[in-house]
Amino acid sequence: MAWLTGHLTVLVFWAFAGVAIVSAAMCVTRRNPVASALWLVVTLFQLAGLFVVLDAQFLAVLQVLVYAGAIMVLFLFVIMLLNLGQGGPHDFKGVIGLGVGAVLAVLLLLQLSVLRHLEPPAAIALPPGTMAAQQAHDGLVGTVARPLFDAYLVPFEITSLLLLAAIVGAVVLAMRKL
Amino acid sequence: MTFFLVSSIIKIVVVFTAIMVGVALLTLAERRICAWMQDRLGPNRVGPQGLLQPAADGLKNFLKEETYPAQADFWTFVLAPALSFTPALLTFAVIPFAAPLPTQWGLVPMVVADLPVGFLYILAISSLGVYGIVLAGWSSNNKYALLGGLRASAQMISYEIAMGMSTVAVLLLAGNVTLSQVIAQQQQGGWFVISLTLAFLVFFISALAETNRLPFDLPEAEGELIAGYHTEYSAMKFSMFYIAEYSNMVTASALMATLFFGGWDIPFTHWDDTGDPSVLKTLLTLVVFCIKTGAFLFTYIWIRWTLPRFRYDQLMALGWKVLLPSTLVYLTIMATVIWYLHGHLGWAYDRPMALTLGAANLVLLVAAVWGLDRGRIVSGSVARRAA
Repeated sequence: MAWLTGHLTVLVFWAFAGVAIVSAAMCVTRRNPVASALWLVVTLFQLAGLFVVLDAQFLAVLQVLVYAGAIMVLFLFVIMLLNLGQGGPHDFKGVIGLGVGAVLAVLLLLQLSVLRHLEPPAAIALPPGTMAAQQAHDGLVGTVARPLFDAYLVPFEITSLLLLAAIVGAVVLAMRKL
Repeated sequence: MTFFLVSSIIKIVVVFTAIMVGVALLTLAERRICAWMQDRLGPNRVGPQGLLQPAADGLKNFLKEETYPAQADFWTFVLAPALSFTPALLTFAVIPFAAPLPTQWGLVPMVVADLPVGFLYILAISSLGVYGIVLAGWSSNNKYALLGGLRASAQMISYEIAMGMSTVAVLLLAGNVTLSQVIAQQQQGGWFVISLTLAFLVFFISALAETNRLPFDLPEAEGELIAGYHTEYSAMKFSMFYIAEYSNMVTASALMATLFFGGWDIPFTHWDDTGDPSVLKTLLTLVVFCIKTGAFLFTYIWIRWTLPRFRYDQLMALGWKVLLPSTLVYLTIMATVIWYLHGHLGWAYDRPMALTLGAANLVLLVAAVWGLDRGRIVSGSVARRAA
């Protein structure tokens, strides 16, 4: 029991991470676009779980609310309306495709193994306990909201303009067909 | 740790059972109230006053044959009913339903998980409810079912925005997203329904749309779509969609009671939220919470058997052209008023502030009713009398 409580966080982490990897693999290997989208939803959920393990409940909730709840529903919507059927003829399976995939995979593993042995630069590293103190002071939501509406207000507003431009662009593109 | 685990497991089991039994009784209540409104008797044969009717229905659904459409996507078809009913039950986890219960091992908060992001958790989970319906519609491989599913997703996404906006007002006033804090705030000053009346109205309308109840049950409009997204479902899977609908209603009612009607707060007294916790307090506050939730459930049923169904374009126009802009305007006004009272005059949320906000809401409410009326009912009769 003592061992279990001591390693509970690690066990929970591996449970979420394992399902995340499996579902991500399922997402890219499924032929049916709807099944693929659903596996992606599962992956997003596992990532939300990992955020909770990292004590970032606010991010976890936003992950579910924005990605799983809104964006993926729209994805499904589009897939169903387009009626993509049972997989296209252009499958990415040639020797060149496999080779490129293998090279990229090796590259990613190399990067990860280098990252594992590196210390984060002192400029972005926080002394231990800073986040906990910040969360105790501002609350879970405030820790994210205060910098967003304080130090980074202008970039934040510019991002919203960017999204607005994207919406207007989408409407204009749709209008051409109407 | 062990105490936390044991008490959590007990709470989960009790809440799950209570909701399931509640849902079963609610299906009976719906039919009895409907019968009463239509001057009939309703189901009263099985057990005293028909109380065992839900058990008979459940048994019937278990024993019926399950049919699978030949061209259906099998796994999605099977998964959809479960997906539609899980979110409805998950949401209830963060709603506090009574005052804390003292035990000999320590104080047990009467909520399954009092998350620090409780309120956002509800929004997140309830936004997942749409998956079950959309997938049911799509996987059935039936045009009517697909139309129902698409209608449902469009409707739920549209009204989620209005719903989220209306609750921003609550968060502005509470300054916190933990539901137990929201309740504590209301116990201090007064229920948010007084200080945020319009937000409650918008929330109520959106909650009707979110749970696909009349007058917004377009996804299963039987005159147009046979039965909408669950056309191809039979036996227990069909029943699961019903359980999902009713547990959604229970959660939405409990949420309205929590956000706007003080949760488990007993009105006109501070006896329940001050002093030492006791078993009596827990029981009484639980009863009060159930009464509030029950009142909203009755309103749901009452509305269903009173109002006709909206047309689809009317539904979209109401969501996007009326509710969303008016909520944005309302939010701006309320934010300004709260900023002036709280930031400028330094008022905390107490009785005078609640009443001041209530007065502001009354003015806005009259203006909103006058505007929505468009010279048909209220102003129409006034104008006629003047002429």
